[in-house]
Formats: sequence, C-alpha cells, structure tokens
Amino acid sequence: MSLEDYRQQPKVFAAFALPTLVWLLLFFVTPLTIIWLYSFGENVSLVNIETTWTLDNYVRIFQPEIMVLLWRSLWIAGIATVICLAIAYPIALVIATAREDKKPWLLLLIMLPFWTNLLIRTYALLNILGTRGRLNQALEWLWGVANTAVNRIGLGGMQLLGENFTPLKMLGTPSGVIFGIVYVSLPFAILPIYSSLERLDRSYLEASLDLGAGQWKTFRYVLLPMTMTGVVTAAIITFIPALGQFITPDLLGRGQVDMIANVIERQFKRANDWPFGSALSLFLLYITFVLLAVRSFYDSRRSH
Amino acid sequence: MNNIANQNPKKPFEYSRKWSMRLVFIVSMIFLYAPIIVLIVFSFNNSRRGGNVIWRGFTTDYYKKAFANEELMLAFANSITIAVSATIVSVFLGALTAIFLWRFRFPFKPLAEGLVSLPIVIPEICLGVSLAMFFSKMGLWTTGDTPWPLNLSNIILAHITFSFPFAAMVIRTRLQNFNREMEEAAKDLGASEYRVFRDILLPHMRPGLIAAALLSFTLSLDDFVITFFTSGPNTVTFPVKIYSMVRFSITPEINAASTLLIGLTLLLTYIALRYQRQMINKND
Repeated sequence: MSLEDYRQQPKVFAAFALPTLVWLLLFFVTPLTIIWLYSFGENVSLVNIETTWTLDNYVRIFQPEIMVLLWRSLWIAGIATVICLAIAYPIALVIATAREDKKPWLLLLIMLPFWTNLLIRTYALLNILGTRGRLNQALEWLWGVANTAVNRIGLGGMQLLGENFTPLKMLGTPSGVIFGIVYVSLPFAILPIYSSLERLDRSYLEASLDLGAGQWKTFRYVLLPMTMTGVVTAAIITFIPALGQFITPDLLGRGQVDMIANVIERQFKRANDWPFGSALSLFLLYITFVLLAVRSFYDSRRSH
Repeated sequence: MNNIANQNPKKPFEYSRKWSMRLVFIVSMIFLYAPIIVLIVFSFNNSRRGGNVIWRGFTTDYYKKAFANEELMLAFANSITIAVSATIVSVFLGALTAIFLWRFRFPFKPLAEGLVSLPIVIPEICLGVSLAMFFSKMGLWTTGDTPWPLNLSNIILAHITFSFPFAAMVIRTRLQNFNREMEEAAKDLGASEYRVFRDILLPHMRPGLIAAALLSFTLSLDDFVITFFTSGPNTVTFPVKIYSMVRFSITPEINAASTLLIGLTLLLTYIALRYQRQMINKND
C-alpha cells in the first residue's frame, strides 16, 4: 500500500491535519514556550514575570540542595527500573511461553492493576507499608518461622536472627519510595519485553540448547541479546515516569524523600517561584529528550 | 547431542512450566494485587481510625458516608463530566490525526509524528505545569463564579491534550489493516470522497474508535498530576479530592471512595473486553 501525496488532495489533507496541528500548537507548544520564557525570567511582582534572559534559574539548579535532590531522583528511579526489569523479564517469559488460550487472561491480570488509578494504588501501599502494616506483619511471621527453625536445629543460643523482630521502616525512607515506584510501574516494564519475546524466532534457542549450551548460557548469549530492544524500551518507559514521579515520594516519602517533581510542585503551589519551577521542569524535560535520543540511537544501531 | 537433549527433557521455550518461574509469577501477582484487595476489604471495616490494620466487623457505613459527602459527590460528577467531554473531543481529534498520518505523505512527516507522540512521553508534571502557566497567562483561569460545568473547561482542554495522542495511536493501529482496494473499488464505481469515508472507512474504524474512547475515558478519569495543576479550589475532581482526603487523615471513607473508582474502572474494562470479543466473533 502506498501513501498518497498530500498535493493530490490538499483540501482533504488540510481538513484532517489542521485541527490536530492547531490544537498541538495552541495547547502543547505554546504552554511549553511559556515556561521556556519564564525559565529565563524574574519575578517583578507576585504574579508578573519578566523575561530578562537571565540564566540565574538554571544556575540555581546546580546549587547543592537541588543537586542532592536531582541525584536522589536519578538513583531512586534507576534502582526502581532495575528491580522492575528483573521482575518483569521472568513474568514476560512465563506469559510468552504459556498456552495460547491462557495468554490473554495472563495479560489481563497484568494490565488490570495498571488501569487502576495511580493515586489509589499508592494509597493502598500506604496501608501496607507502615511499621505496623501488613508487610511487616508478614515479615514478622516469616521471622518467627525462621527463628523456630533455627532453634530446632540447635542454633538457638546464637540468636542468628537477632533477639526480636525489628520492623522495616518503609514510609519516609528511600526503600519505601522505590517499593512504591516498582509497584506502580511494573506493568509498563512487562509489556515491551513480552512483545519482543513474542516476535522472537524460537528455533535459535533450540539450536543453542542442541549445540550444548546450558539454560543459563542460552539465556545470557541468545535470549537476552535477541530481546534487548524490548528490555531497553522497557527500561526507558519505566525510568522516565519514575524520574518525574510526584505521588509516590509525596505519599510514601512523607516529605523526607523528595524528588524533582516535589520541588517543582512546591515552586508553583507554595513558594510562588515560577521562573525557578519552570527551569526545573525544562531540565526534567531535557533529561527525557536525552533518554529518548539514546533509545533511537540504540534502535538505529541495531537495525544496521 | 542426544545425550544433552535428554538432560533437558523440557523443550527450550517452556519457561511457563518451570516451577521456579511460576513461583516468581505468583509472588509478583500477590505483590500487585494484595494491596488493592486489602484496600477493598478494609473499606467494609467497622473502625473509625487506623481502620486498615485491625478488622472490627463488617459495615457498609463508609459507603453511605461517602455517598452523603457532598464535596466528594460533586468531585465525582466533575470527573465524569470532564471524562465524557474530553473523550468525545479526543476520539474526534485522534481519528483525524490517525487518518492524516496513515494516509498521506507530506514534508516534515517525522516531525509531525514526533510532535503527536510527544504529549505521551514527556513527564506528566511538565505538561501539568506548562498548561497551568498557559491558562493563567492567557487569562483563561476560571474564577470562582464561573457557572458549572464551564468552570471545568481548563481541565477538559488539558485532558484532551494528553489523551488524544493515545486515541490516535489506537485508531491508527486499526487503520493499518484496512484494505485500500475497497476504497479504490468504491471510487471506481463513482463514490465520492465523502461517501467512501462514511460508508467504508468509518465502519472499518469503529472498533478502533470505541477502544480509543474507552482508553481516553479511563485516562481522564484516572489522571491526578495534570488535573492537580490545572484545577482550582472549586473544580476538584475525584482523584484530587481523594488526595486531599488522604493528606488530611486516613479514614475507611477513602477506602470506600477508592473502591467505587476501582469498580468503575473494572466495569469499563469489562465492557471493552466484551466488545472486543464480539468483534472477533463477527470477523470469524
């Protein structure tokens, strides 16, 4: 099927293309241009911002307090992404190798929480992660079982697991925020890996096993490299929203584990420092662009 | 060779049969579902405070309380109004976008495609902040005395901006398997451009349009971050209201309200799946 040249039917083309382009220009490009101009501006009064082309707002990003936050956002999002990929790969493998009639149901099982409101899922975690919440109850039970086992085999005197169970502190700590981000973004990570596994020519795996490579070697040298595009896509579409997460650090971090988005929110809602908030938002946007460029570079290098 | 094959009785791609893989899968499912199930179960818990740890008996009081909470119900009405309006425009705009990208060759096409997909990929907070600044700069900031539902227009505009690219993506996927020979045959038989569109292309697009509508509706209903920045004190949506309730104090009423929203999402998913199944059966 060949595409029509727009010059053959310029009116039909315009009728279809113009509404979209006008909409994007008005409600997407213009808003971004406004914050771009604000990011080079100064507050002249409470609500008036004059674009003076100052670079102050960008310089302020590099002051230590903000750099600490940026760095924290990067590593929290990074660790969450790695954990997501490590869980997502086996799940995607199970779905891709399940019986054909089961596949849609397994996919639905993955997608259902994803369709549930992000805020509600985070709120649900808030109930689980407290020091006296369900996660710690489950861990305490496991600790009890393990402790009894240790006592049974006669090592009780050594108190290998400590005298008492110490509850994990998750709320207000980076681990709680990472837990929350993994929880909300896991489905994002599964789908691209799944679709790359579906497209895979399985005879390569058979060949590898037939030629004597073990399961692990086959995974490491055949399966993983062949599905790397899916893994990279999964990593990027998990990492970008994770980096800009607002709700998770806000609710689970309890103000102790702020990330970039929390600082941006404060500039607009409380501190009323719109120029600095704009500069931070654009900084986040530039990081996103760099990541997308990395991905398309990766894709193009693989296809050659 | 055979020797090695015998050591590996399972076929190479039967990971779903390995117990270790199954265990990972089951544990992950517990991880995904347990918090939501606990939330739903404890919406029926008869306890005023800290009701999420100790079970104190069954009650539906918190649902009655949620329904009697006028602010919450107004937020719910706002959310539905916004979702319906945003869905209608998103599907329309998404269909136009999908058609022009699918059908035509034109200069700077990659640029146009990039621009359309950009609202999907940029961090939500950037879009929320920039739209909030846009509305205040353009004087489109709705004041307290704008009559309902006009005071929701900023939020509706914002929702259309982030959901129509998703709609376009879904509709375009459907258009990929349209047989253009049908269109040519109709034109050869004297059908006008408009009739071809109405009688051939539109019926083919229908499942895509419905899928796009359900997706846009869900996206709009679920959005928190962008709405949080573009809403005013009088234009609170359901998720924004739940957020302010969570910040204030944690009560079983929030669980009840959340359960209602989860129920609505499940219902929409069910409708989408049923519809999809009908389409598959028809095509057979």
